[in-house]
Formats: sequence, C-alpha cells, structure tokens
Amino acid sequence: MFNSDIFNFMKPKNELENQGEWAESRPFIPDELWVKCPACKNMILTSDLEDNLKVCSKCGHHFRTNARYRINITVDEDSFKEMDADLVSENILDFPEYTRKLKTSKMSSGENESVICGTAEIEGSKTVLCVMDSSFMMGSMGTVTGEKITRAFEYATENNLPVIVFTVSGGARMQEGILSLMQMAKTSGAVKRHSDKGLLYITVLTDPTTGGVTASFAMEGDIILAEPKALIGFAGPRVIEQTIRQKLPKDFQTAEFLLEKGFVDAVVNRKDMKKTLSKLLKLHSKEGI
Amino acid sequence: MSAIDKVNAARANNRPTSIDYINKIFGDSFIELHGDRKFGDDKAIVGGIAKLNDMPVTVIGIEKGRNLKERMERNFGSAHPEGYRKALRLMKQAEKFRRPVICFVDTSGAYCGIGAEERGQGQAIAENLMEMMTLKTPILTILIGEGGSGGALALAVADEVWMLENAIYSVISPEGCASILWKDSSKTAEASECLKITSQDLFSMGVIERIIREPKDLDSKLFDGLKHIIAQTVSKKLEQPIDVLLDNRYNRFRKFGKDSATYLRNDE
Ligand SMILES: [Zn+2]
Repeated sequence: MFNSDIFNFMKPKNELENQGEWAESRPFIPDELWVKCPACKNMILTSDLEDNLKVCSKCGHHFRTNARYRINITVDEDSFKEMDADLVSENILDFPEYTRKLKTSKMSSGENESVICGTAEIEGSKTVLCVMDSSFMMGSMGTVTGEKITRAFEYATENNLPVIVFTVSGGARMQEGILSLMQMAKTSGAVKRHSDKGLLYITVLTDPTTGGVTASFAMEGDIILAEPKALIGFAGPRVIEQTIRQKLPKDFQTAEFLLEKGFVDAVVNRKDMKKTLSKLLKLHSKEGI
Repeated sequence: MSAIDKVNAARANNRPTSIDYINKIFGDSFIELHGDRKFGDDKAIVGGIAKLNDMPVTVIGIEKGRNLKERMERNFGSAHPEGYRKALRLMKQAEKFRRPVICFVDTSGAYCGIGAEERGQGQAIAENLMEMMTLKTPILTILIGEGGSGGALALAVADEVWMLENAIYSVISPEGCASILWKDSSKTAEASECLKITSQDLFSMGVIERIIREPKDLDSKLFDGLKHIIAQTVSKKLEQPIDVLLDNRYNRFRKFGKDSATYLRNDE
C-alpha cells in the first residue's frame, strides 16, 4: 500500500496541520438590517436576533457571539471586573506578518487578546470568568492567552473561587511557535492546582473549540457544558477528511456527538446557560445557598 | 545544519526509534506492559518497566516502527487516545511504586481520525498534561526524532526535557505552517526557520535543558553516554523532596510567556 518513497507524502496527517481551518469563517457582525440564518436559510431581522441572544427564532441555530456580548448575557449587571485587560502579545519569534496580524486583530475585535478574564457574579454567586473571543485571531492560544488564563486560575485558587471558561478556539497560535504549545502545559498546571484545592471548574464549549485548547483546559473541567451544534474536536474536520480520505459521518464532532460519546456533561441552550451556571455554582458553594 | 536539514534528519527512516533506545539502554531488563484498561492497546506507544543500573524505572516511548511493516502496525507513531491513556496508566503505576518515569518521544503528532475523535483525543492529551504536572515521581523526557505538537507534549510535561541534536519540536509541521502562511506547502524550508524548532533554538528559549550531541552514526557510544546521564539525573531528582520537585516542574512551564507578555504603555 505504502512505499517508503511516498511515505513523506502519505503519512497520517496530524493536529499540526489543524490550524487555519477557521481562518476564513468570520464571526457574525451585525452591520446589516437582515441576516440569513446559515442553518435554516431564513432571513432574520438583525435586531430580533440581538434580542434573542443571537439564536435563530425559527430553527434555534446559535450564532457565534463575541466575548463582551457573552459576558453581558451571562453575568449580573455591572458585576464583571476585568483582570489583566492591558496585557498584550509581542512578536517574540519575529514571525512573518505576525505584528501586522496582531494589529489588525486588535482593531477588528476591539480586544487586546483572544481571551477576556475577570471576576463576576452570576445570580449572586461570585466566580472567576474567562471568555475567549473568536474575532481575535480565531481564538488562537498565544502566550498571553495562556498567561491570562493561568493568572485567572491562580487568582481563583488563592481566593477560593470557582472558575468558568467559555472556549472558542482554532487551536494553538502558530506564530508563537513552541511557546504557544507550552501554554497547554502551563494552563493545565494551573487548572490542576485549582482542582487539588477542591474548587469547581466549569467549561462551556462553544463553536468552534478545537486543537490545543481542546487538548488542554477545555477538556479539564469538573463539569463540561456545550452549546447546541457547537463543533468540538481535537483535529478539524477538514484535516480528518484529508487523513482518512472519506466523508465524515453527519453530526460528527458536534456537541450532541460528544454528549453521546461521553465527553460532554450537558448540551445547554443559550437562553438556559445563565440559570444552569447559577445552579451549578450554588450547588458547590461553601455556604450552601 | 539548517532547520529543514534537521527536519529531514529527524524524520529519516534509518533513525533509531524508541525501541532501539530502550533495547540499547535497558537491555533485556525491559518488560513491556500493554493496554489502557479502558479500550485497547495502542501499538504507537510502547511502555513497561526496566532496570537502569540497579534502579527500577518506568519507560514509555512513542514508536514509529523500524521498517514499513512495523510502521504500518504502529500507525507511523501517531497515537490514538488509548495510547496516551496507557502512558498515563503506567505513569500512575510508577508513582505508586516511586519509580522514575523516562519517556522517549518521536511522533509527527497525535492521530487525526474518526476513532481518535470518538474516543476523545483532546481529552486524553489534556488529562495527561494535568496529571503529569503533579505526578509524585521524577519524569524525564527525551525527544529523539520528531516532537509533533500536542501528541508530543502529552509525554513531555517533565522535570527535564532533553533533545537529540537533530530532533525537532514544534507546534505545527513546517508543511502545515507553510500552507497557511504562504498557501504553499512546498515552502517548508522557510517555515522551518520561522518556527524555531531546532534543539539549539529551543535550548536558548529554555524549552529544553540539554542537547544530546549526535555522533555520525548513532552508535553504542551515544547510548552508553545517554544511559549514564539519565541515571545520574533521575537519581538526583529522586533525592529531592516531592513538593520541591513538583514546584520546580510547575514553574518550569509557568515561566513561558511571563516575560513575553508586556503591558500596554499609556502612550500607545
Ligand atoms: Zn435558523
């Protein structure tokens, strides 16, 4: 089947080729009056979509949202206190185009990095909250992403707080080379220390969560929730198709698929997310409300 | 040697694989132990117990196979979740019996396929990263060929990580990087340079503690020397109090990004 000469071309593909899968899929930007639902193809009034938590009222499709919107619909009003907001990445490896990419990402997303961290209250329960943002370099994990998440966990460990992380990521950030990979170990270490102190960690996987984030803190929660139909995987579907040279089964790598395979605790609709998180936080609170 | 030369050397079919290292360093003291106790036995990862001089150690290696038949059997060293779970099982066993863990890494990456996803490739790697960080016994990892991203890191959350001179360690394959960056997968040489994947680059970034010089032919001199420094290093680590060992391990990884992150200056 194989011979050693063609081996180099036919070797199994791996997660290294995973990046960029999502490069061209832009997050939803509400700059028009009407928007077409990618799932049911109906036209929806943008303002209706905004009022409905960016969920299609016809078919229930969950549109992608940016991190600030997510925080707004999840936490009690004015309770979010951001940490490390002004931490920014540098082009440490002098990687081609990276300086420019960072600049354009900052401008288009309005954020300094691919994750926003802070403390917040959810129906009165205090928690540390990290929310990734797909509009910043597709939520890729650079050293600052890893640093912010690690600091958030260290803060929570020190202050006996639970942590909730909303993930969305195309994976590691190639432009930071091996230092991006090291963030997987670094964040996992911080999660472990938090866990060893008996503290609660909830992850909410949103569309899409892949690569190095899936292979680290996204899958390390005590409780793992996911939004309906969110794509969740280690390798991206295109990479897998290229590797195995066949079409993937329908619903492969969706939140529902992971639920069936035993890797997600519950698939939760966006409208029920705040309530669900609040319930879980209260069930783990030391005061036992 | 340029970065692309090293990529080719690291992938060369005649390069010694983990089994060669295990045979040459531990001889017939090695007893292979199979299976993850959950799903199956992944032949892409070899593990077991051996004696290093008089010291029992747990040895785990990602195995690419030494000829075409073996390579196909071992899925070219691309492990499935059960491979990483087998490795973790053996590490937990090592912890129980206070044996040091020695890992040999040689993989283009964790496997991407339907079964791998169905059985939680991401979850398996994530669990290894988390558990290795606090495993109460010394861990030493040696990258002998390709260190392909998360699939390599899943055996490299160690107290020390060493690299053969011509091994590589990277977050993405040069081909993958080139096709994203320049939409041209043939520009692997340029991508190899940009990614900083050679042992020299990684040593200067503090990602590895030691470069193992490679003689022209990877012969017994190399293995004897390696055996000696492995024994010396793990015995020293064994003497450290566990909390010191684990603090050092945490900080070993904690440092990456602490310095590179800068705060926005007000004038920006
Ligand atoms: Zn719809």
